[in-house]
Formats: sequence, C-alpha cells, structure tokens
Amino acid sequence: MEFLQPTTWAEALEARAAHPDAVPICGGTDVMVGINFGHLRPAQLLDLTRVADLREWTTEEHAVRLGAGVSYARVITELGDRLPGLAMAARTIGSPQIRNRGTVGGNLATASPAGDAHPALLAADAVVEVASVRGSRRIPVTDFYTGPKRNAMDADELVAAVHITPPSGPQQYSKIGTRNAMVIAVAAFGLALHPDRRTVGTGIGSAAPTPRRAPAAEEFLAGELDAAGLWESRAELPAGLAARFGELVAGSAAPIDDVRGTAGYRLHALSVMARRTLTWAWAEHRTASGNDSAKEV
Amino acid sequence: MRLTCTVNGTEQQVDDVWEGESLLYVLRERMGLPGSKNACEQGECGSCTVYLDGLPVCACLVAAGQAEGREVGTVEALADADALHPVQQAFVDAGAVQCGFCTPGLLVATHDLITRHGRPSDAETREALAGNLCRCTGYEKILDAVRLAADRMAGTAAGAGTEAGGDR
Amino acid sequence: MSTPTRTPTGAPAHLTGSGGGGGVGADAVRPDGVLKVRGEFAYGSDLWMSDMLWGVTLRSPHPYARIRAIDTSAAAALPGVSAVLTADDVPGEKVYGLELADQPVLAVDVVRYQGEPVALVAADHPDTARRAAALIRVDYDVWEPVTDARTALGHPTWNMVHDSTPEVTELSRESAHLHPEGNLVRHLKVRTGNPEPTAEVVVVGEYEVGMQDQAFLGPESGLAVPAEDGGVELYVATQWLHVDQRQICSALGLPPEQVRLSLAGVGGAFGGREDLSMHVHACLLALRTGRPVKMSYNREESFFGHVHRHPATMRYEHGATRDGQLVYVKASIYFDGGAYASSTPAVVGNGGTMGIGPYVVPNVHVDCYGAYTNNPPCGAMRGFGSVQTAFAYESQMDALAAELGMDPVELRCRNAMEEGSATPTGQVIDSPAPVAELLRRLEAMPMPAPADHGDVDLRDMPGGVSNTTHGEGVRRGVGYAVAYKNVAFSEGYDDHSTARVRLEVVGGEATATVHTAAAEVGQGLVTVEQQIARTELGVDQVTVHPKDTTVGSAGSTSASRQTYVTGGAVKAACEEVRGQVLARAEQLVGRTVPDLRLAGGLVVSDAEGIAVPLVDVLGDDVLEETLEWRHRPTEAIDPETGQGFAHVQYAFSAHRAVVDVDTELGLVKVVEMACTQDVGKAINPQAVVGQIQGGTAQGLGLAVMEEILIKDGKVRNPSFTDYLIPTILDMPPMRIEVLEYADPHAPYGLRGVGEAPNISSGPAVLAAIRAATGLPLTRVPVRPEHLTGT
Repeated sequence: MEFLQPTTWAEALEARAAHPDAVPICGGTDVMVGINFGHLRPAQLLDLTRVADLREWTTEEHAVRLGAGVSYARVITELGDRLPGLAMAARTIGSPQIRNRGTVGGNLATASPAGDAHPALLAADAVVEVASVRGSRRIPVTDFYTGPKRNAMDADELVAAVHITPPSGPQQYSKIGTRNAMVIAVAAFGLALHPDRRTVGTGIGSAAPTPRRAPAAEEFLAGELDAAGLWESRAELPAGLAARFGELVAGSAAPIDDVRGTAGYRLHALSVMARRTLTWAWAEHRTASGNDSAKEV
Repeated sequence: MRLTCTVNGTEQQVDDVWEGESLLYVLRERMGLPGSKNACEQGECGSCTVYLDGLPVCACLVAAGQAEGREVGTVEALADADALHPVQQAFVDAGAVQCGFCTPGLLVATHDLITRHGRPSDAETREALAGNLCRCTGYEKILDAVRLAADRMAGTAAGAGTEAGGDR
Repeated sequence: MSTPTRTPTGAPAHLTGSGGGGGVGADAVRPDGVLKVRGEFAYGSDLWMSDMLWGVTLRSPHPYARIRAIDTSAAAALPGVSAVLTADDVPGEKVYGLELADQPVLAVDVVRYQGEPVALVAADHPDTARRAAALIRVDYDVWEPVTDARTALGHPTWNMVHDSTPEVTELSRESAHLHPEGNLVRHLKVRTGNPEPTAEVVVVGEYEVGMQDQAFLGPESGLAVPAEDGGVELYVATQWLHVDQRQICSALGLPPEQVRLSLAGVGGAFGGREDLSMHVHACLLALRTGRPVKMSYNREESFFGHVHRHPATMRYEHGATRDGQLVYVKASIYFDGGAYASSTPAVVGNGGTMGIGPYVVPNVHVDCYGAYTNNPPCGAMRGFGSVQTAFAYESQMDALAAELGMDPVELRCRNAMEEGSATPTGQVIDSPAPVAELLRRLEAMPMPAPADHGDVDLRDMPGGVSNTTHGEGVRRGVGYAVAYKNVAFSEGYDDHSTARVRLEVVGGEATATVHTAAAEVGQGLVTVEQQIARTELGVDQVTVHPKDTTVGSAGSTSASRQTYVTGGAVKAACEEVRGQVLARAEQLVGRTVPDLRLAGGLVVSDAEGIAVPLVDVLGDDVLEETLEWRHRPTEAIDPETGQGFAHVQYAFSAHRAVVDVDTELGLVKVVEMACTQDVGKAINPQAVVGQIQGGTAQGLGLAVMEEILIKDGKVRNPSFTDYLIPTILDMPPMRIEVLEYADPHAPYGLRGVGEAPNISSGPAVLAAIRAATGLPLTRVPVRPEHLTGT
C-alpha cells in the first residue's frame, strides 16, 4: 500500500489523476473501518488532511463555500448561524471524536444513503464543487447521488467544496436512531423553508437507494403556502396541512427492511418527522422577523 | 514507511509502518504506549481517544501517516510522575473505574470537556461523553467523577470521596 | 516445575494497597485504580514480547455444513506466516466444554454455527495473518440449519399439558440432529401441588427474549509462551483459570504442571469469558512455532468468539383468586442453546427452578428446556437464566394485576416470598427475603419531576439530539419489577475456593499477601480481598498476588459468587493465620488471653490492656496458610419433580423505571431508574452501588436496544455500529437504596450482588413502556416497530 500525502490542492488532483483507484482519506471515519477489518485494501491511500485549502470555509456571493475538509465540529461551532440545517445534522453525527474528524466532503464522497449531511444539503439546494486536473465543475447536490454509495464524480475527481446559501427561512433536521446518541440513521429528514423564493426544500436519508428529495411534498407545501398567502401572513398552518406534507414526503421514499429497521417503520417515521419539522419550522417562521432565522439549540 | 510525530511532548520515530496501520496500532504496538485501548476499531466506543493536534479523536480511525509531523497526546501523559491529574484522581475517588478498559478514552474526553467547559452541566457532560461506551458502570459514577474533577479544578471542591457518592 | 525463559511486557504484577485503605464495610479504593487511570494496567491485549507472532482464526461462514476438504497450502506459503493449523493438529481431545465436552477446538468434519473456528494462522503481523487466513480454502457441503429451539426439539406446540410431552413432529432431515444424542441438552421439570389446579382468574401470555451479548469492552485476548519444559505459559483474560486449564490440558494432551495460566488484565466479562475462546488456539500455535503467540480478537470476531445470552420463548399461565392470591403457575420455557452445550444445563436449572419469580405459589408446573440449534452457542451471561424468565413472570404479574384491577405493586407484595417461605422446588428460604419491603421502599421514593416541554432540551427527549420530538407524542410510564437469583453454583456442585494468605514484616510494617486464582474482571474482587485481610489481620498493607494456577482453584468469577466464596476462603485463611499470631502473642506474654485480637497493626486485649506491635510478634517469620473453603452443600434436584435444596443463597433486587415514550415514533427515553437491593452486608458500599448501576444498565439495554440479530443462523450485526449498548445519554440518573439484612449462613452475612439488578431492571423498563403506551409488548428488546405497529 502506498500513502500519498499531497500538501496542495494541485498536488492532490495530480495524485488523483495518476491513481484513479486510490482511496481518498480525510477524517478516516469510513476508510479506516474498512482497512481495520480487512474489507478495504487499496493500492494507495490519498491523504487529503494536509491540503490546507480544503479546511477553509469562505463566503462567496452570499453563499458559504465549505471546504471538503471542514470537520463537523467546525460546522457546528463556526457555521451554526449561517447553516442551521447542516449544523443540526452535524450534531447528530457519531461522537465528538468523530465530529472532530469527519467531514462533509467525506460524507459526499462516500455517498452512503445513510450519510447524515445529505438531507440537510438536499433541503438547502447545496451545490457540490468537484475538481480534477481537467478543471472544476459544480453539481447540484440533487444530481450528485447516483446510486447506493455512488456519486456523479469521475474517477479523477475529488470533492473540493460544497456551496450552500444561508437560508432566508427556517431549517430543520430530524433523524431516527434506536439509541439516544451514536447511531446510524434509520431514517432522516431535512427541511428548509425558503420564503424569499417561496419554495420548500426537503431531503430524505436512509430511506431509498440514495439520499433524495421529496418533490411532490415540496410542491404541495409551497403551493398551499402561496395560495393562502401564508408566507406573508405567517398565520397558522391549516389543519391537516402538515400531516399531508408528511404523507407526501413518505410517498417519495423507497426504503427497505434491514437490520436497523423495517421499510414500514421508515415510511411511518418519515411522515412523522416531516410533519413535526414543518410544525417547528413554521412556528419559527411565524415568530421570526424579516429574513432572520434561529436554530434549535 | 517511516513515521515521525510528537507523542506526549517527545518526538518519536518508527520505521516499517505498514501504510494501512492506524495511529492506534502504532501507539500500542510500535511505540510502547498501550494505554489507549482497542475495543472496536470503528469509532463506536471511544476507548482509543487521544488528542491529535489538540482535538480528541479516535486513534483507530487515524491512518498512521496522517499523524506525520502532528502532535499526539495520550492518557499516559495526563499524570506526571508523582501525581495523578485531577481528572484521573476523580475517576479513582468516585469509583468510576471498574474493568477500566474504557477509562483511558474517557479520561481524555473528560479532560477535553473540562478544559473547554470548566464546569459542564450534566446534560453537557452526557452529550460530550456519548461517544465513550462503558459496559461496567452504568455511567453514574463517571458523571460523579466529572463533577468532582470539575469542582476540584475550579478550586471549589469541598472534599473528595463523599460528595462523589451521588447515589441520590 | 520449570520456569519460562522470559516474561512478557504486561505480565500481571502484585497489587499493593495501603494508606488507610479500609477494611470490611469501607469504601476502600481499588488497588488497580491508579494503574488503570494512568493507562498502565496491562490487559490481555496489551501483552507484548519482542519476537511474538500474531495468531488469527479462520471461522466458518456457514451455520451448518460438512467440511469436505481444507487446503492450507497457499496460506502456509505466504511470506511471514509461521504456522497454519487445523483439527488434525490438535494433539489431545478434539472437543471441550464447560459441562459437556461437545465443542471442537477446531472444526472436525462438521461446522455447527457461523463463526465456528476451522483453522489457525500465526504470522509476524496481524494483517499478514488475516490475509493468510483468507487464503485457506475450505470446501463446504452446506446444510440447512436448524434455527429454532422448539423446532429443534420437535415441539411445535407448547407443553402446557400436565406431565405429557408436547406433540412431537419428526425432524425430517437426517442432518436435523445436531449431536448424536439429539437436540435436547436438558429438560428440567418442577412439579409441586395440585397437578390440575383451577382458579377464578387466569392470565396467559407468550413471551420472547432476544439474544443479548455481554459486549465487554476488552475483546478476547492473550499470549501463549512456549516453555522450556515442553509446556506453555498462557497469559489470558478469563473468568476461571482452573477450568480453562483443565480444558486446555485435555486438548493439548499435557498435564496441569505443563500448562500454567496467569490472569491478564480483563476488560469486563459478564459471563462471556467463562468458556474458552483463543486459549487453546494460542497454545497450539505457540507450541508449534516455538515462539510466543498473541491472539487478540477484533470486535467482529469477539461477537463470534464467545457465547451469548440464551434467547428464550416462554409461555406462562397464572391462576389467582379474585383478591389476588396466586393459585398456580404453569410455564413452558425454551432456551436456545445454539450449537454447543456450554453452560446450557445450568441455565436451564436456573430458568426452571426460579422461573416463577420470588412469589409463593402452591401449585407449580414448569418445564424448562435447553436445545441445540445452529445458532451461535449460548452460555453464561450475568443473570444466567433468570433474566429471561423475569421478563415473562413480571409481565404476567402486571397482566394479572390489570385483570384484577389491582395495583401491580400490591399484587406482588401480597404474593411475595419472605424468610420461611418455600420455593416451588421445596426449599425453605432460611435467610431474609425482603421482597415486599424492596418494593414498598421503591414506591416510597420520590418520583422524578414531570416532563417539562416548555423549555426543550433535546438531550432529555426520546431520540436525544437527533431532534425527533419537542414533546409531541411523548407519554410517561412507570413500571416495577422484582428479581431473585441464586448466588454461587448450585445443584450439588462442589463449589469452593482456595486462598493462600501470608503475613510477614516488610519494610518494618506488618504486611499481608493474599493469593487466590479468583479472576478480577473489573468488579473489584481485589479490593474485597484486601479489605477482608485488613479486617481479619488488623494490618493496613495488603498485597494481592497475581492470579494464577500456582494456587488452587477459586472457582468461577460468575454467579455473583466470588465475594461470598473466595471472600469466605480469604477470611478463613486469615483466621488460621490469626490463630497462629495470637498463639505466638500468648507465648510472648506467657499466658492465655481470652479477648486477644488484631487491630491497627497491634495484638490487642482490651480487658488486659495489652497492645503488642504485630511486627514484634512476627519478627522475621513468615506465617502462611492455604486452605480450601466451601459454602454449605446444595443438592441435586429430583429429575421428575425438581424438588431439592438446589441453591445456597438468593439475592433480591427490585426496580422502578420511569420512561418517556414518543408513542408516535416508538422511541424511548428512560427518565430514571430506582433500585432497592438487599446485599446482606456491603463489603465495599461504593463497589456495591457500582454493581447495581452497571447491572441496571445491562438490563435496560436488553429491554430497549440490545440484540444479536440472526437470520437463517447468520449474525447480521456483529459490530458496535449495529449491536447497540446504552450510551451515557441512554442511561438516566439512578436512585439506589442498599439494604443489609445479614444472611446468617454467609461470611459477614453478605449476599452476592452483581446479577440481581441486571434481572429486575429490564422488566421494570418494559412495564413502564407498557404503562406509557398501553401496548401488550411481549418481546424484548422493544423496537420502534413494536411501539408503532409498523
């Protein structure tokens, strides 16, 4: 096994181009488990922790450009106000030790349907910036997940960053685990209300071959809010609206039975999480002034 | 490959490290520092918690090469030759040690928690230590130890063992 | 006896303790505590020698298959590999076992469970060894596994008809008999009173308990060092050195003198180390290669490398009068023992004899079975046969209370066993049995504050920081349960321990050394040994000798027995030494002194005002006594009626659980656990409370999350990612009251502590969830699916 240690982004991309079968490693929270148990024996490990650029986040044209190597712990402490949905997701991930190492970039590269960041990224209309020696390109996160643990990147590409626009409205994130901490999601749901665009963002985790949105639920809710002038009036949601939204979210999922839960439970849980998160987000929208939003602490 | 890093303040160099080895394996099997424990190798138990450049991490999930040039701190460095660190002393006094396999990782995590938070609330402690599994204690005496250590480090502790009983 | 050439780094050391350490009844500080917090305490996995090899095990991927051929040539040819062994390389008996020798050291012709060891590799790096193991070619003829205990016994229907066997169906396949004698390991019958009782109120329930894992944090590990005499030194994390030694000798074909065991540091046990794991394997590799061999399982292998708690299916029928007096209990209990017997016979003994709970019932009819299947072998785990039945009998008591419209605590108290009561096995309880008091004291404890959903802290909510509820759907429930459990080994077993106690002057101070083979697994026995020596010999400085086989057997660190039995042995040996000291003191003063005693490093007589320093009495002499100590004998039970004095002592505990359940999502947050337990005498109160807290956690875990999931004989979750044990966010604050009603038959009046709280906590949590949801909930662990009907 070879251990490649680029110190610049250009070197990293060159190494990636030269070794398309190399396994990139950052926080190691997936890769090292595979190696420790002998399930993963790559010819090369491509260590990205020495590429300083990846550990930066900046603000570009109102959006946060989150370097792929920023840890979940930093998302929580440094970006909790700007990216509340993602920060809420980050708080549910593993342990403090894992959050000190694990990265959003790693979550994207692995593209597990159970990755905790995905529902928040989907709901927030995030855009993934990937790069290779050929150049960089941006992929809307909705198009990023192509199959179980597969993504839209080419073999010579690495995740450079993810671009997320701070929300104009409330965001929520909810995740089911069968323990009160340290769990892989049985099902997860991300919600973002975008009053500026009068749209709704959703993300479903662990309940389909890939993380995915719930378009029917998004359109239904945005339409109902629009039709009743609720975005402006901030009046209470009509009875049954949140429940219907929940049903539509569940309708977009395609879960399986596995060791962590049944498909039936996942559908049920999604409908409940979607209903509840909408209730919380709407309560926040009702009390928020202007475009400010607050996050659950 | 050769690995050079600072461990507990001393520069360490080891040769013939297999590239797939974890920092935990290197510490335990190549550097003679078995204090950090190997209980799951998948980041689920916290027994191997060490400081890496000042942040608590699971050493089992750090590829050895990732530690090149970095600073590593392990449980072995908490005490000096004569005296235990107050966090260690509190774990002993509170009865928070049974089999002790989780203890090294818990000590590093607790050291970090108290360093950052001073006197954490129970809820903060629970969230901060949720990644450190203990199978023996039911965690009650670990909470006692954290309170005791935090009090002592804040310089307000009235006494030792008695208030650590905590059996309300 | 020959000595080994070298001692590994991490070999066990003497543990000293002094500085006002405290005698019996004190919160003495454990002598290994400082080593453990410094990271200097050496566990089995920390053992190290410069030229050691790493051993790994190749295990069967199939739950049931015939081995046609094994080809080890590619593995043996891999650079760095020193040895590859199969069953052909086992020089002695090819099978071993705690009670029945039925488990192959390495698979012979047939594998009977997924994970059964098939071959061994020793190499210079663990990864090399793993890669070599992967190169071993095993040609399997895969058979259909038997995966259900009742099916394995041919009992598709419950045996609730008096004294008749259940309807038996033919097991059609030839391979459906896993062992030559059939699939029944043991059938225990308890018969007392009227065989055909009737009652005004009858409740019937069927219950299921999933397979729990001990999940100790320090995986199986040890180091075998070949010795110059052709024998082997084995440093190993275990629960019972001498039973290991017996089985290793048998497999190696060596006498005990040539198989010397020392206890390496043990990272928890809970029953999972009572059977052999890597012991024989490491010795075989060491003897073959002539080099030290270390084996240290990873977490996945650990799940395959030790026995688990027996899953159980149970059917109970309770009959009572309208005013809540139990008239009869009928029960059929099936334990799935998995592929090999391990301690299944004794688990069946416990399940059967204590299967109706600590209640007085005049008419009892219990059938308890242990079956062979192709599931993972099951054996000892904390609570040992009583954990499973407690879920059933306590669920039945709640169901009966509901049927009667009676308070569940009141119903329990009305039928509670007390001193003088007779068990269904005809044993009269001849020491305190404060079952009702334990429950009443729990009831009197303050309740936790009601849930405050105004100011949401997610960490207090079902689901935790995963943000699943801000109070929506959350309902609170309260549940009670009570448990009793035998202490020490039962049914006529010659249960004893050996202690060697030495008293001498070291560095000008009178110092005692205690040497036993009793395994310290984290519970604090080393502290107890010191405390007893301090109390009995009036010294402060007490050294605990490393645990090894150079002293006689201490029996197992299990069955809540070591403080009782090894504590009793240490006490008795100390008394012998003390007798010698006092005789010398009398010689010194020249006359008989009736109230002479040892205290504070002095030989003291209050009446005669004598206070002679112990160091003066001892001089340069070393006083040493070694003796075997036994508790009073128990009896085998009658095979047809289950009658007999089977158990030497019982431990009693009760729990009250308060839970918040998100009834819509099926997530549970335990708000508080309260526990009362009678411990007879708390030798170390802090350690006693620690046992109660830890046992409570394991019971809670089984109630709401812990299960080894098996499909078609294959384990689906052998990892800490998917076998979940409680985190600190899952464990609530606990209220604990410790009672000390002395057992007149036991040393200091003590009762074994460790297991009872592990038995009552889970059923209390289950009862509380039931109270919160109104659901019947007949299976543990309770999953969100059960609570949401999905």
